[in-house]
Order: sequence, then structure tokens, then C-alpha cells
Amino acid sequence: MSPQLETVAWPASYGEHAQPRMGFFTDTSVCIGCKACEVACKEWNQIPMSMQGFTGKSYDNTIDLGADTWRHVAFIEQKAPARVVEKLPTDVTDGASLVDCAARAQAVEGGVQTYQESDGFRWLMASDVCKHCTHAACLDACPTGALFRTEYGTVVVQEDVCNGCGYCVPACPFGVLDQREGDGRVWKCTLCYDRLKDDKEPACAQACPTNSIQFGELSELHERAEHRLARLQQAGQDKAQLYLADGDDGIGGAGAFFLLLDEPEVYGLPPDPVDTRRDLGEIWAAAGAAAVALGIGLAAAVFGGQR
Amino acid sequence: MSESTSYHGQPLIKEPIWTWEIPCYFFTGGLAGGSAGLAYLSQLRGNEVLARRAWTGATVGIGMSPLFLISDLGRPMRFLNMLRMFKVSSPMSVGSWILSASGASTTLAALNAWTGRFPRSARFARPAAALLGLPLSTYTAALVANTAVPVWHEARRMLPFVFGSGAALSAGAAAVIATPPEHAAPARRLALASAALELASNEVMKKQLGEHGEPYQRGAPSKFSHLTQALIVSGAGLLLRRGQSSRGAAIAAGSMLCAGALSARWTVFKAGFQSASDPKYVVEPQRRMIERGERRGASRRVSQVREVQLDKGSPATAPLPLSGS
Repeated sequence: MSPQLETVAWPASYGEHAQPRMGFFTDTSVCIGCKACEVACKEWNQIPMSMQGFTGKSYDNTIDLGADTWRHVAFIEQKAPARVVEKLPTDVTDGASLVDCAARAQAVEGGVQTYQESDGFRWLMASDVCKHCTHAACLDACPTGALFRTEYGTVVVQEDVCNGCGYCVPACPFGVLDQREGDGRVWKCTLCYDRLKDDKEPACAQACPTNSIQFGELSELHERAEHRLARLQQAGQDKAQLYLADGDDGIGGAGAFFLLLDEPEVYGLPPDPVDTRRDLGEIWAAAGAAAVALGIGLAAAVFGGQR
Repeated sequence: MSESTSYHGQPLIKEPIWTWEIPCYFFTGGLAGGSAGLAYLSQLRGNEVLARRAWTGATVGIGMSPLFLISDLGRPMRFLNMLRMFKVSSPMSVGSWILSASGASTTLAALNAWTGRFPRSARFARPAAALLGLPLSTYTAALVANTAVPVWHEARRMLPFVFGSGAALSAGAAAVIATPPEHAAPARRLALASAALELASNEVMKKQLGEHGEPYQRGAPSKFSHLTQALIVSGAGLLLRRGQSSRGAAIAAGSMLCAGALSARWTVFKAGFQSASDPKYVVEPQRRMIERGERRGASRRVSQVREVQLDKGSPATAPLPLSGS
């Protein structure tokens, strides 16, 4: 087991009850934007209806992750020139453009499913979810212990403990958690903790028709993702990148990581998310120093002059 | 510098869900913390008149604080869950314990100062309240700094000093309001010095924030910032000129300074919302750090596998056979 996968509480505190760390590998290059994951998640977890309306933001009418959206499909419309793909292996293409490749159903072999027509319009789609960070800021910030690390290494809110203090909401560097209106508590993806306990895969992964959402042991998913990245890079997708796959990023790597075809901010993801806990030592030191300074100031005011 | 990209202009992080009670609590908590210290030290110096009034100020502050906090909870009936654990990793958890202990000791000390009852417990409660008041005044800055909100997080070294100055300012100003001028000299000194420190520390913080500080330059935070400066400058001016001779002037000046301290907390509070709501405040500094090579970011384009095996017959999404890496 690679050390980057270990969190503070998992697996150590579970002893022999610790399970392998489970997670999602979301390969956005094969997402077709069907939103089956959103629907399956809503149904299984009995999440209340979210905003119903037309946002005008491409096909995205759920807009972001929140208390009532635990899987969110992003739709990005890009103007990008149709490039001649040179790097595709010769057995796949002879140097034709992606359009030609798609016409010959070879884009699938190259592994690219983003639609690109000759005028240079490209559509990116991606299913976003709670990242189940290795260093989860929400979990550390939670004052009640409602948020906890499960035996699968995932991060879950206990709805019978949460008192809706809201500290996890701005603590999350991805804006995942939010308060449910009319309920007061905070809700987020549980990585289907209940289904995991029954050896079932999470509802979104099961519903995904293209295997864009892959569920499994994190170590195995990492291996799969590396091959996928290598293949896409070789197919000429030079912006293809693994996001949150490494233990040395700002959150110590994630339980839910992604393969993106453009920079993270294009998908509404921060390029360098940082767990605020990293700086907590510095923060406490400053608060302590300021407290001492306040004490000195008070003493100076009281004793430094007439009574 | 990279051009700012975003997903349909959507925020990348969530705005806090905290409502008006929270900046009010930042004020009352500071008022309570600062006043307890002022009261205890005045008692040591033998200024009982000032001490009693400062204990009252501390009690008012500490009494209102939990009301604000509980009212802000999504589930107010579950406020006791705040004391379910003690977590050093959560400034809110630490603060809940500080507030609870401070509430008990301050109430006891104030009761003793006015009625003379519980003399033996008060002997411990007084210094305890004074000591606990110090972290009570500054932990709230640690609380907001310990978030992903750039304008708060990046001000983490300075913010506790801003809040500490505000606590001293509100304690001094409240004591100036409540105390006859002939007994209020230490309160006036405290109010005037901390008024200067509050304004100065705010400027230092904004300067240190640099590129992160833009939310303070516009919208609500900018308005609150100007209001704060106007209130503190005029309040301090009035206190300096007439505070010693006129009770009325002292009350007016103290009220302005208290309002200034409250407005200063609103400024910081509102800046956090503005910082969180615009994706460019989150993306651009992160992107610049990556471009300058100070951080690696969360993405990697180079695969750890060198050889790609193209299995022509299988669908692209099937698990690929692993090459010997």
C-alpha cells in the first residue's frame, strides 16, 4: 500500500476492521453528459429536489455540488481549433484530424469521446463529486465530530450529530458541502457508505453507462488511471491530466480523483486546493501571540498612567 | 499571468452560511474577553469603580455571545453537541470550550464584584476570566483564517492582531461609556491606543494580503471599511478632546468607538463572502503560484507508465493490462 493513501484516522484507528481504501476514478474523457449519475445518486440517497429551471449554462441545470446535489455533471463548450492529430499510433490513424478519426469510429480506439466538429467546437463533460480527501479540511474543522473517516477511508457526515454550525462549508477547498434549506444540517456524498457495507458499488458508478465513473480500491484505480493518461497523451490529448491523483498535492491526494482534458479551473475545480489544516500551527501561533499582546496592552493601559 | 478561466463564472468554493449573528458574536466575544482583563487588572490596581463596570461589560458580552451562536446554528437545539468533543484541529471546538469556561468564570467574578457573594470561588474566577478572555478575543480570527476563503486564510498571521485590537477597543470604549470620567482614565488610554492599533493593523493586513486583498477594495467590505475608519477617527478625536471633562461626550465617543469595532468585524466578515463568491479570487493566486513554480498544483500530465499497450479489440474504457512498471 503506497503511503500517500494513508490518512490520519485510516487505516490505523480501525485495526483489523479497516477495509481497503475505496474511491472513484472519474475519467471525463468518456463522459457523455447523460446525468444518470446525478439521478441514481438522488434516488438511492433520497435527496430532495434541487432547483428546477433553465440556467442557460449549457446543459447544466444543477450548476454545482451542494446539499442536494452530490454528483454534478459539468458541461463546457469550448472553441478549439480542430487539430491534426500526429501522435496517434499508426495502427489507429494515419495522421488525420479528430473529426476524421471519429468518422471512422477510431476516436474510440484513441480513447477520445469529446465531440469536435470542423468549426472547432468542443464539448467537455465531467461528473464532479466529493473528493474524499486524504487530508480532509471539513473533517478537521467539524467541532461536533459529525464528520468522520469510515473504515473505507471515505469521509461521511453523521446526520444525527451535525448541528449545522456551517464550519465545514468554507473549510472545503472545493465547495462541496452546503447546508440543506429547511433542514439546517450539512449534507454531502457518502460514497454510498450504506451500499459499500453490502459489497455494492455506489449508485452513480453502477448507473454510469460509459464507465466514466469507475469505483474500486484506490490503489487499483490509480494504476488504471496512469495507463489511461498515457494512452490519451499518446493520442494527442496533450492537455490530458490526472487531477488529485498524487499524495504530494495540497490535500494529500483524493479518494475521488479525475482525468481531465483541460485545466481544472475550466471544470470549476481549483488548480491547487490546499487543506487549511496545513497552516493551522501558524494560525494558532498567531492567535496565541495576539492573545499575549492583548494581555500586555491591557496591563499597559491599566498600570501605565494615573489610576 | 494566466487569463482567468472559470466554469460559467461559478464560485469554486462555497460562501459561508453564517448570518448576521456571527460578526455580532465576534464583537461581543471580544468585548467580553477584553473587558474581563480590564476588570481584573483594574481591581488589582485598586480602581473598583472601573472594575465593577468592566465586569458588567464582560458579563453582557459573554451573555449575548452564546445567544448569537446558537441562533446561527442550523439545528439550534443541538447546541450542546459543540461540547461533544475537544478538537485542537477545529478552532470552533476549542472556542466553544473557551467560551463556556469564560462564561462561567466571568459571571461569577461579576456577581462577586457587585454583591460580594462567593468570595472564595471569585478569587479563582477573576484571574481565570481575565486569562480566558485573551484567547476568547483572538480565537475567532483563527476560526475564520482556518478556512479555504482566500482573504481570510492568507491573512492568517495578521488577523488575530486585528481582532485583538478590536477586543481592546470595544472593552475600553464600553468602559468609557459606563464609568464616570474621573475613574475612567485607564479605559480612555485603552480605547485610544487600541483605536490607533485597530486602524493600523487593518492597513497592515490589507498590505500583506497583496493580490488577495482586492475584496476589501470594493462593494460591501469597502463601505464597511470606510464606516469603520470614520467612526473610530471621530470617536477617538472626541474622546481625546472632551472625554475627560464631559460625561456626555465620553458616552458619545465610547458609542462611536464600539460601533467602529463592530463595523470592523463586519468588514472582515463581508470580505470573506466577496472573496469566496468570485472564482478569480480563488483561481488566479493558485495559478500564479503554480506558474512561479512555488507549488506543483493538483494536476499531472505525465503518466507514471511509459509504455502504452493498445488493445485494439477492447473498448477504450476497459481496465487495461498493466505493463511491467
